[in-house]
Amino acid sequence: MAAINRDDVAHLARLAHIEMSDQELDRMAGELAVIVDSVKSVSQAAGDDVPATSHPIPLTNVFREDVVGHTFTADQALSGAPDSDENRFKVPAILDEA
Amino acid sequence: MTDSHELIRLSAAQLAEKLAAGEVTSVEATQAYLDRIAEVDGGERGVNAFLHVNAEEALAVAAEVDAIRAAGGSEAESLHVLAGVPIAVKDLIVTVGQPTTAGSKILEGWHSPYDATVVERLRAAKMPILGKTNLDEFAMGSSTEHSAYGPTRNPWDLDRIPGGSGGGSAAAVAAFEAPLALGTDTGGSIRQPGAVTGTVGVKPTYGSVSRYGAIAMASSLDQIGPVTRTVLDSALLHQVIGGHDPRDSTSLPDLLADLVAAAKTGNVEGMRIGIIKELHGEGYQAGVENRFHDSLELLKEAGAEIVEVSCPNFQYALGAYYLIMPSEASSNLAKFDGVRYGLRVLPEDGPMTIERVMGATRAAGFGDEVKRRIILGTYALSAGYYDAYYGSAQKVRTLVQRDFDAAFTVADVLISPTAPTTAFKLGEKLDDPLAMYLNDVATIPANLAGVPGLSLPGGLADEDGLPVGIQLLAPAREDARLYRVGAVLESLLEAKWGGPLLAQAPELAGSPALETQEAN
Repeated sequence: MAAINRDDVAHLARLAHIEMSDQELDRMAGELAVIVDSVKSVSQAAGDDVPATSHPIPLTNVFREDVVGHTFTADQALSGAPDSDENRFKVPAILDEA
Repeated sequence: MTDSHELIRLSAAQLAEKLAAGEVTSVEATQAYLDRIAEVDGGERGVNAFLHVNAEEALAVAAEVDAIRAAGGSEAESLHVLAGVPIAVKDLIVTVGQPTTAGSKILEGWHSPYDATVVERLRAAKMPILGKTNLDEFAMGSSTEHSAYGPTRNPWDLDRIPGGSGGGSAAAVAAFEAPLALGTDTGGSIRQPGAVTGTVGVKPTYGSVSRYGAIAMASSLDQIGPVTRTVLDSALLHQVIGGHDPRDSTSLPDLLADLVAAAKTGNVEGMRIGIIKELHGEGYQAGVENRFHDSLELLKEAGAEIVEVSCPNFQYALGAYYLIMPSEASSNLAKFDGVRYGLRVLPEDGPMTIERVMGATRAAGFGDEVKRRIILGTYALSAGYYDAYYGSAQKVRTLVQRDFDAAFTVADVLISPTAPTTAFKLGEKLDDPLAMYLNDVATIPANLAGVPGLSLPGGLADEDGLPVGIQLLAPAREDARLYRVGAVLESLLEAKWGGPLLAQAPELAGSPALETQEAN
């Protein structure tokens, strides 16, 4: 497995929507390299015949009756929003402006 | 009326008895706890266990319980056994009428429009909610130092960490600021704070307590559970919050066993108790190891059979955890983007697009540890690395489960120290994420496998006089065994100490006993 470098961290930070300063990127790259190195052994632990476990206690076919339960009013749903307009969440431009 | 110094030191079970007998009112008890919080929680050298104190509502609920009791009749008779017993709630669990921050700036001032299922159940039992307790931001940490609202201090030594992430809940209970609290445990966040504060903490079987309304860190590992001063109190609280909830799709349909009865069984004769070879010895502080062996001796004297088991794949558990947890967290925390709730930060210059607003909001709203885990999780899930990291970690999960399955064929309950060390100094491991992660080495396997775990005080380490935790583990759905063995071990230890371990904790400045002493 390749080591994690500063450019990787910059790319990951963009994917994760977290702005990072140059200083932060440098520090994070150093810290993550140590952490990634320490968890490397995990990839050698299990053979191909070992199935993956995604949930500790398997539950299948969790169904419920198709009935309307509790719903929030628009006011309740918007009560924590930083900005709203006409019962909608309001955000800045979604597309880059020219 | 009982003196408030004694009142706040009663266990929840003792307080419940006095409330039912009319020897004390819920308003008196609730006020005594609120007074204690006012005395020891704030200020430069305060415990800082609480992020929000909910005095008005707590007193109103207490008064309601008192009025029902005073009126008598069927309503009084049908009161829950813990009615009127106050409780604190970790600030990762959402509550109507109080802010929920998750210990993060990104949720500062946010109010949930709904209650978590466990909070609904506290309200149904008419338990006054004293307030919300401090935690590492989004429950990411082992020391509560990653809280955006300052660290919580350990009541045993105010310069030391109270464990984490639920350091606030554990410290509140240890400092007699609450008789009971709720915590959440993803890799040890209930049990490890319990260990270092000399309190009891239980991580129930995965799915046996609803996670609805617990702000998710790693959904396949998270579990809500009790934080208390005695094993019986944990059983009582576990029964309030446990049981099926259709709003949590991972909630088990099983009926809850009688955990209180299990705690009152009173014997461990013939039970097979397994020492996990990999979870003690090298890497564990000498004083921790000594107290661990004391507990083994006591259990043996009480008629339990001590066996040794080996769980060879536990060596990969920490690594697997630090791939699975950040992966799930990076996905769960994507929702904090400055659109639907919480903080919104606008970029200082350049185009004002939503992408850039999200980037600026998350940069300003999240602390370092949260950013670290989101980046690590994004890495582990990214194309080209997924199989090697997340995929391999999920296979380790299977191996850890198999180790537990094998161990539970020869032992009814497993035992280990809860944490490798006692409480360390504030700041000591803050700049070394890896050293911090090692605190959870003994608690993580239970989360990976979904099995229940309980930590109870095992005494004080010889070298530093600080509390040591003993961890008990049982097969999934067998939480009752933890309470049976835990209560017996607790009573044997307390007989040896001549009372609860917390009676040996130093008096906090401003506590009533100290004031009296000074007045004399």
